[in-house]
Amino acid sequence: MIGRSGFDPAETDIFQRRLTRLTFFVFFVFGVLFVRLWFLQVIHGSKFRTQSESNRIYLRDVLPFRGLIYDRNGELLVDNRPFFTLGAVPEDIGDLDGLLAGLRELVDIDDGSAKKRISRAKKRNPFHSVSIKRGLTRDELAKVETNMFSIPGVVIEVKPRRHYLYGPFASHLIGYLGEIDTKQLNSEEYAQNRLGDFVGKFGIERKWQKQLNGVRGGQQVEVDAYGRRLRVLYQRKAEPGLDVYLTIDKGLQALVEKALKDKAGAIVAMDPMNGEILAMASSPTFDPNDFAEGMDRKGWEKLVSNLRFPLQNRATTGQYPPGSIFKIVVALAGLEEGIIDPQEEIICTGRHYFQGRMYRDWKEGGHGSVDLHRALVESCDVYFYRMGHRLGIDTIASYAKLLGFGLRTGLKLGDEKPGLIPDRKWKLKHWRIPWQEGETLSVSVGQSFALVTPIQMARFISALFNGGILFRPQVTKSVGKGDGSAVFRCKPDVMGRWSIGEEHMELIKKALVGVVSEPRGTGRRGGTDIVQVAGKTGTAQVIALPEEEETIDEEQIPYKFRDHSWFVAVAPPESPMLALVIVIEHGGTGGSTAAPLAKMILEGYFSSRAS
Amino acid sequence: MFDRRLLDNFDWILLAILLLIGLLSVVNLYSATYSIRSIGGSGIYVKQICWYGIGFLILLLMTTFDYHLLDRIAYPLFLLCVLLLLAVLYLGRVTHGSQRWLHLGFFSVQPSEMVKVSVILVLAKHFSASQKTGDYRMRDLWKPLVIIGIPFVMIVYQPDLGTALVILIVSFSVILFVHVNRRSMLIFLSIACISAPFFWMSLQGYQKKRIIAFLRPETDPLGSAYHVTQSKIAIGSGLLWGKGYLKGTQTNLNFLPQQHTDFLFSVLAEEWGFIGSAALLTLYLFLILWCLNIARNSKDRFGTLVVVGVVALIFWHLVINVCMVTGLLPVVGIPLALFSYGGSSVVSTLAAMGLVMNVSMRRFMFQK
Repeated sequence: MIGRSGFDPAETDIFQRRLTRLTFFVFFVFGVLFVRLWFLQVIHGSKFRTQSESNRIYLRDVLPFRGLIYDRNGELLVDNRPFFTLGAVPEDIGDLDGLLAGLRELVDIDDGSAKKRISRAKKRNPFHSVSIKRGLTRDELAKVETNMFSIPGVVIEVKPRRHYLYGPFASHLIGYLGEIDTKQLNSEEYAQNRLGDFVGKFGIERKWQKQLNGVRGGQQVEVDAYGRRLRVLYQRKAEPGLDVYLTIDKGLQALVEKALKDKAGAIVAMDPMNGEILAMASSPTFDPNDFAEGMDRKGWEKLVSNLRFPLQNRATTGQYPPGSIFKIVVALAGLEEGIIDPQEEIICTGRHYFQGRMYRDWKEGGHGSVDLHRALVESCDVYFYRMGHRLGIDTIASYAKLLGFGLRTGLKLGDEKPGLIPDRKWKLKHWRIPWQEGETLSVSVGQSFALVTPIQMARFISALFNGGILFRPQVTKSVGKGDGSAVFRCKPDVMGRWSIGEEHMELIKKALVGVVSEPRGTGRRGGTDIVQVAGKTGTAQVIALPEEEETIDEEQIPYKFRDHSWFVAVAPPESPMLALVIVIEHGGTGGSTAAPLAKMILEGYFSSRAS
Repeated sequence: MFDRRLLDNFDWILLAILLLIGLLSVVNLYSATYSIRSIGGSGIYVKQICWYGIGFLILLLMTTFDYHLLDRIAYPLFLLCVLLLLAVLYLGRVTHGSQRWLHLGFFSVQPSEMVKVSVILVLAKHFSASQKTGDYRMRDLWKPLVIIGIPFVMIVYQPDLGTALVILIVSFSVILFVHVNRRSMLIFLSIACISAPFFWMSLQGYQKKRIIAFLRPETDPLGSAYHVTQSKIAIGSGLLWGKGYLKGTQTNLNFLPQQHTDFLFSVLAEEWGFIGSAALLTLYLFLILWCLNIARNSKDRFGTLVVVGVVALIFWHLVINVCMVTGLLPVVGIPLALFSYGGSSVVSTLAAMGLVMNVSMRRFMFQK
């Protein structure tokens, strides 16, 4: 009867022995378990009983102190302030009405809603405090704290709240905080954060979120029935976040913000020798403090649906036609290609006829006889219509890209738009019709399809005056603890170099000095005695005015059709310290609106440096 | 087909023990979910009753056929389980960070629970097919090791390290029972030691944290060290007679996490004291010894091995869970079989018990 299943007496014997051994093993292990239980429940039972009855262990989250943000000179721009919330723990409240009445004597509270919320919480989650009033002032805080013992169940919670010292100040650069969303929660960068945390959502706050955040700490706290902390059982300290030092200069930024007040547009100030951004502002703007406690839906809707887009950083994403500033590109291209002879003079009558159409110069009556220098100083359109036509759009486009337009600058701070430099290929691809020669003329004076951003402009004009180096714009100077150790220190980052002859650049530079210093220079309102300035005005058309009309008085044109006003400046031209780019939306001509603002800024900045 | 003698040999005592454990489980679940009954907690003990109902039905079903049938379908059943595991990996829903469940209509299935039983069957079949009684060498073992390895890796991937380890331990219990050559043991131990660091690296972050927290509780005061601290307080504060039914403060104040699954034992210990917790342990001890006796009286090798495997299943679940809640082992998420809440666990364990019952009933019958 030894079937497949094997019924062999000898074998069964072996199994019997093993089963016996197994039985002993089982007894042994159970014995260990019994002993352990005895140990916990009988020998140390009373200790645990005490712990469970009159004490409780709470897990306390210790939020890390978020890193601070300074300007390049160590001036504080953003810090954290304590934020007090009055609350009550439902489980600990004896007499709810009495508690609310008592509190009402001390501070102003909405007892109706508080009573409802506390009653609801008592059933679901009686051990978590329900907030009664948020944002107590110091006076209210003092009143409640001195009376706390007579109102059991009341707790004061302190949380740090982000505080932007100057309100709307470099808002688009610094950014703001918001509650963490699910996508962020799942990513490694936010490993430190939990649901409900406030993290950087925009700008520098977002760029350096991980470094600014710090490391959470935690405590197991033994608490008695009154909520008094008896002792800390285990503790892991929170590590404060690292501080961020920006490249911007607080004084200069203030001047720039003032210049943009009540206007729409952007200003970028850059150190031409290394690409560091000394100031950046976009208007209209917002106050990041409004976001610090979580913006309510109404406030957010208002910001987002504002037709002037206050949340948009126009310095990096505002794309405008460059206007006459683009003439510098055409000039450099023409010189390099040998097509422009600096001595060559052409006659400008104020009108230029080409292929049956008339192209107007901004100056009625024309500039007369102009050479390259005068054409730039007085911003003669006709001169550049002709030179542009000689070069052809593709050559112009390739030089424009070489000089830094049509591509993102590489400033790593959120969104950046690349602008647009049109050429034949582009036109066919996007418009499906070929390039018209007449359009080359418009592009030569910076109108028509061409689009640039203020930051591209800043990089471009810096390159002209620093010998042709295209630097990556930088906004962070260093990141680290106050003791000097840094996890990041910025270094000039060369992204490209111009291959333009030095003598050509010199010619242009001299002309740009003339724009500001000569009596007929279009940028003379940007000049100042405090420092020598080189610059260029630009007027970007929003719509083209019909041929027949006379020069219309600007005031009569509706706001949204008025030209944008550009002005770029470098000071001092010989050893440049500051490159300034201003664009004012619908500001009219560059010389009239943007240039005087530049003067105000430059005077403010350089006079404070002199002292 | 259904012999009258089978009915005579029906193991009433085994059934009684199981019913008693089931009763205690439901009673304690009621208490464990008492404080959250207003937000859906009350459904839990009712569901457990259902699971027990289904489980006992399956148990009885398991006794109707000759268990040698399982010898024949061991491999196909195993294949089915592996396929279900695959299904979970691709179709399963993620809960608590891992994919373990398949949702079919109004109930969900955890294939890893079925795998536990299937592996036992496969091992029992393998080792009863050959005639050897002892001294298996490495080359004899490669086949069962590979067979265990497949679901092991898949379950680790879910990730469900606890269940994977239990399957491993139970399998090795069976293998060790049929005895292994000393040399192979040494080879195996050295392989285990060498692969330990790789194993460590392949652990998920939170799993590593748990093990470190176990060894040095001060490093993780907010995580699993907290859970164990609360559990020990719950258990210890029960003293000798407990705080009384429904009066467990740790339980009612929701200080115990997972108190209806992993930490249900702590609830019992808090409310019924040492007397209660020791009583439950004794009940399980009795169950295990009774099953070992069945193994002893089994008429053939296959039956013995199946019973030994099921005993190992119950034993290790119990030991790991109780050690976990008393702080002797890191938190690995192993429930107490037949006690903790969990449909798949209850049903598959009772099914396994059905097998034991089956072997017991046929101990006097000889194959034709």
